[in-house]
Order: sequence, then C-alpha cells, then structure tokens
Amino acid sequence: MAAKRAAKKPNVSGEELKQYYRDMLLIRRFEEKAGQLYGMGLIGGFCHLYIGQEAVVVGLEAATEEGDKRITSYRDHGHMLACGMDANGVMAELTGREGGYSKGKGGSMHMFSKEKHFYGGHGIVGAQVPLGAGLAFADKYKGNSRVTFTYFGDGAANQGQVYETFNMAALWDLPVIFVIENNQYAMGTAQARSTSSQDIYKRGEAFGIPGEMVDGMDVLAVKDASERAVKHCRSGKGPYILEVKTYRYRGHSMSDPAKYRTREEVQKMREERDPIENVRQMLLTGKHASEDDLKAIDKEIKAIVNASADFAKESPLPGEAELWTDIYA
Amino acid sequence: MATEILMPALSPTMEEGTLAKWLVKEGDTVQSGDILAEIETDKATMEFEAVDEGVIGKILIAEGTEGVAVNTAIAILAEDGEDVSAVEATPVAATTEVTPIPTTVAAAPAQAAPTAPAPDLSPDWPDGTPMKTQTVREALRDAMAEEMRGDEDVYLMGEEVAEYQGAYKISQGLLDEFGSKRVIDTPITEHGFAGIAVGAAFGGLKPIVEFMTFNFAMQAIDQIINSAAKTLYMSGGQMGAPMVFRGPNGAAARVGAQHSQDYAAWYAQIPGLKVAMPYSASDAKGLLKSAIRDPNPVIFLENEIMYGRSFEVPDMDDFTIPFGKARIWREGTDVTIVSFGIGMHYALEAADKLAEDGVSAEVIDLRTLRPIDYDTVIASVMKTNRCVTVEEGWPVGSIGNHLSATIMERAFDYLDAPVINCTGKDVPMPYAANLEKLALTTTDEVVAAVKQVTYR
Repeated sequence: MAAKRAAKKPNVSGEELKQYYRDMLLIRRFEEKAGQLYGMGLIGGFCHLYIGQEAVVVGLEAATEEGDKRITSYRDHGHMLACGMDANGVMAELTGREGGYSKGKGGSMHMFSKEKHFYGGHGIVGAQVPLGAGLAFADKYKGNSRVTFTYFGDGAANQGQVYETFNMAALWDLPVIFVIENNQYAMGTAQARSTSSQDIYKRGEAFGIPGEMVDGMDVLAVKDASERAVKHCRSGKGPYILEVKTYRYRGHSMSDPAKYRTREEVQKMREERDPIENVRQMLLTGKHASEDDLKAIDKEIKAIVNASADFAKESPLPGEAELWTDIYA
Repeated sequence: MATEILMPALSPTMEEGTLAKWLVKEGDTVQSGDILAEIETDKATMEFEAVDEGVIGKILIAEGTEGVAVNTAIAILAEDGEDVSAVEATPVAATTEVTPIPTTVAAAPAQAAPTAPAPDLSPDWPDGTPMKTQTVREALRDAMAEEMRGDEDVYLMGEEVAEYQGAYKISQGLLDEFGSKRVIDTPITEHGFAGIAVGAAFGGLKPIVEFMTFNFAMQAIDQIINSAAKTLYMSGGQMGAPMVFRGPNGAAARVGAQHSQDYAAWYAQIPGLKVAMPYSASDAKGLLKSAIRDPNPVIFLENEIMYGRSFEVPDMDDFTIPFGKARIWREGTDVTIVSFGIGMHYALEAADKLAEDGVSAEVIDLRTLRPIDYDTVIASVMKTNRCVTVEEGWPVGSIGNHLSATIMERAFDYLDAPVINCTGKDVPMPYAANLEKLALTTTDEVVAAVKQVTYR
C-alpha cells in the first residue's frame, strides 16, 4: 500500500505552513550544530541525530492540545524542540552542563520536561512503549481527555514488550497513539533484513488496533494522520497506530561508518524527498512567503541555534554535589 | 567573516585520524549538510559534512595526511568574495587546546568516615497500644486497603489480584471494596504491565504492582531498574516513580529452581530503589503503608511461607514503620545475629537454642535493605564484639557480605572474631525434599556459626 499523501488542497493556512517550516528548520539546524559540537569533543557518548525525520514530529505535534503527553526513544532532540522545549536547555544537556534540562545528569538520550509534558528520552530500545501506555493509563484513570504520543522506531517494533503493550492498550482502551518512525534502518540493519512482514502498521490488527501508513517526508500528510489518530483516541476508542515512513540522513549515531547503504541512496532521498525543501517550495509557489521572508526565518533560526551553542559552551559543569542529588525524592 | 573548519571527532574516543579525501576544492560553494571530506579512523571511514554555508577559501590539510589531531583547522570557510589566502595551517600535531570549563564549586558529601553509631531506639508504637493477632496476609491486605481509602491515586494491578482475590489471597476483598478501576487483573505479561505501571507513576498515579512471585519480575527487571529507579536522577529531579512492586520472594516449598530465589541482594544494590523485606505482620503492615506513601519506587519482598504466620499487630488508626530503622527482637551480650525476612525465623530459633547453652544472642531484624540501618548493627557489634548474618539468598555478593565489610570498616577494633555469613547454598534450588532442606540455611547452621565466633 502506498503511504497516504496529504489531500491535494491542503487544509492549512500560509501561517501554519510557515510555522512548520520554521519548526523543521530549527530541528535541522540544531542537529547540524549538535553534530559539529560533537565533532569538537564538546558532546560526548552517544548522539543520535534526527536530520531527515523532521516532518514526523512536527506533523504529529500539529494536532496536539495543551496537556497531551509525548515520550520517545534516544533519538529525541527533535521531539523536544517540537514540543516547545528551550533549545538552550537541550543543547546544554548535550554538553553535560548545569543549564541542561537534567542539570547535565541525563545527556542526549535522557531528557525530560514536566512543564512541556515530555516524558523522555529513553535509552533502552522499546522500553518507552509500555511507559507511554502507562501515561495514557493515568489520564484515563483521572478521567481527562488527554492523549499520549508514544514514538518508537522500526527496530523497536520487534521488541516483545511492544506487543504486550498493544494487548493491554487495546484491552483497556488506553488513549495512546503509537507512532512508529520507520526510518528503514535499525541501526545498520535494513528493515527487510530484520522484519518478517514489512507493514508494521498492520501489526495492531491482531489486537484490534487500527493502523495506517503515512508519508513521513510530507509534513501535511503527517498532520492529517495525526488529526485522525487524535480524534480516535480522544473520543475514547482506544489506541491507534501510525507507521510513518521516514529516512534519516545521518548515521544511527555519530560513530556510524554508514557501510550498510550507499551514498547515492541518501543523496537521492535528500534531493527528491527532503521534507523541509518540500515545504519551502509550497511556501514559494503558493505565494505564502517570499525568498526574503524565508531568508529572515533562516536567519532567526540560525541565531537561536548559535545562541544555544554559546549557552551550552558557557554554562558551567554541574557542581560536584549534584552527584548525590535526585537519587531519592 | 571566515570560519575555521576543524578536524572532527567521530567517536567519543577518537583523538586523531587520517584526512583520506577532500570532496570539495578551494573556491567551491557549500551548503550545510554537503559532504566535505572523508575521514578515516581506526574503526571506519566516515563522511564529514558542512555545518555552515560559504565558500571553501583555503584547504589547510592536504588529503592523505595521517595523524590529524581532533580540532585542528583543516580548511577555511570564507564568505563570498572574502580573501583568505594568507591563512596558514597550524602544525598537524598541534596539541588540542583544552579550555577549562568552569564548574560550580561545591563539596561532595565526605566519604563515610568511621563515626560513632547513633541507633534510633524509639518504640514502633506507644506503650499501652491495644494489640490484635493477625497473619502477615491480613496485615498486608489491611495496609493496602487503608492506603487506598486515603488516596484515590493508589491502585493495585497484577495477575489474579481482582476476581481471583489474589494468587496467595493477599488482595482478598479489595475488588469488592474498590471496584475494577482500582483493582486490576492484568494479562500474564510482567514486562509490559510493569512498564505501564511505571508510566502511570510518571503520570501522577501511585501504583502497587503485585508480582505473583518475584521470580517472574525478572521479566520486568529492566523497567524496574532502568525506568523506575533511574528516572528521577536522569531527569534532574523533575519526575520519578512513586510506586510499590510487591509479592512473594525467596524459596516457597518444593517448587524447584525457577520458583525459589531470593532477590534481596539484587535490588538492594540499586540506587533509586528502596527495598523492604519484613518478617512480622506488624512490620509487613507498617512498612507497606510507608512504602505506598513513599515518593520513590519501593521493592517490597514478602514470603509465601510467612503469609499464614500470626503475630501481634498494634490496633491503631494509622500505624507506619519508617524505612531504615532496624528492630532489635531480643537483646543479648555475647553475639549479634543480623537477619531480615524469613531469615529471622532461623535467627530467633537459634537464639532460643543458644540461650539454653548459656550464650546470650542479640537478634536484629534489618526490616529494610535500602536504606539499611547500619547504626543499630554497628552499635550492637561494638557491644557484643561478634556477628553472624543470616539470609536465604546466595552467598556471593550477599547482604551478609556487605554487612561484613561495613562492620570491618566501622568497628574493626571491636571484633573478637571474623563475621560469619549464613546463606543459602551456592546451588540452584533442588526439588527433592532432602536436598531442598540442605540448600537453605538452617537453625543449626546459625547455632554452629555463633559457636564458632564465640569460640565455644
């Protein structure tokens, strides 16, 4: 089945389109800067960049309301920026500084914001899936109409706990949207080599969970799908699965020799399907923005990202006493 | 303004690499994301992309150069029309300049220097409190019911906790009183429902997760440790998991290797968890109520054999036992026997036998294993000068090992004999009745250990 594309005449204003452009560009520029700081040795350990996948989280966030929750894996910088977390705090966490969201104690893979209802940032592949269903369980228990966006990858989709969770989420009608970000590679293993049936969105069928495949390089298609999923969940009908086909341009993590795919494959995707370039063209051809308008946005984003890098370099290391705090509440 | 393009580190351990190939030349215009060069490390060849846009003004390090230190300038990126031909390459082997990063100076807690113990000897309930006889089973049920009455956010989930009334009848009557919203039967899927409960705790509820036995919690241990125990720390204090994981732990009777394991030492090792392992009904009740109120994840280790045993429980409206406060069951002068959970059965029985032989044993029930009440143990050892520990778990890395080390550090000069650890044997649990008995620790072994440390 071909992934659903957005309706021919998108039900979206020029202002909204500009916002998506801005949000996606912020993620891309932020990630490029993170890659640079990693190269300079300012960011340590593991660092998983989201470049190429920006339309997924920006499209999904477009259908959220205040109080909705989100949780994801270790490839989490984009999700944090998209839900409104501060670029300075995210970048300073990457550099392990006091000004980071976790005071430097979490790092790239472990960041949280109670204020923005962002529940991490989890480093164990698939572990966030039951956690996300648990957040939805809490909302249902309290009787509110919030939904939880639970993101995981095509690699995590093979973890057993995902299906344990599908079963209980369906059994208890939990308001959770399972977003499978299928970037087609589980680290270095192509989906065809790891996954017996390729259509992951169908894997909810055994549990009675509706699912659909979405073109993750098209922010409007993602937004449309997100709206359908949110409507389903908020009306009390239980979980919903979105398999969003996307592509990461960079390696699994910074130290990825990229021997499992050709440079041409990556280049082709970048040239033909880039989600940011697509919206840029829509803005220009639809006369929603001029080249100058877009340049102004680029400049504004660059300033935010550069400021975050400066903040992340200047913020002090956490005090040594921080070693012993936050172990017990 | 021209910017330097620096040799990147492509892994946390990379210090230098080979600039294998330039994919751009001087005068080329580049956009962010364009591949500039291939860098070779001992692990791999990797592509290096541009971050900023501009014109390659000058290439400072020729392709094929080996041993280029990370952060060496390898090219100059100019803005349109800018002349950067005068820029010179710095030597390849230049040591990377290390900019000191400021840090907030604050003292870490001093390493525990030997300090005089200050045990909390206050009574667990006021003198004159009326008492009633209860089984451990009833005490646990009452603790949950009382806390659920007091806090709408507390709920119970697990296999057979609702309609079946509990696999071991601990949740008897709870479904009737609290309904299916708060007493929830789960499918047999420990990993999944433990994760859902941790998520519910992140979301503001206070789950009680019953594992039919802690043997099955091994399927869920990733969620318990990586998600429940560590999130408060990893989030810089923003969110944690106020919840209880409870159920029978340790050997039952004749159920073989996979159903007979004591996890006390496993969980006691994990910062971020609290661990309780009560022996008596009053402690089961008082500690479980404290556990449910605790804002941290608590591992609550019960024992199937103890469920039916009766004890005196204070008849009070709101009775709790704090974590980290051991109980001295009997005072003595010749030796300190330290135990917890069902181990207390052997410890107390041994103390009775020893009394007949004229040995006065002080018996301490730790009650909680994280935190551990070291002070009560140390103060007692300083008085008796001898110590035997008793537990059912395996010997390597046992709670007894840890106590021995702590006693050595804090009370070495008071010891008149080495500390002996009575533990389960270093074997999987056998099924045959005679072998099972041998695999567990016994009262006779405790008596023998005490005689050894008292040189009798």
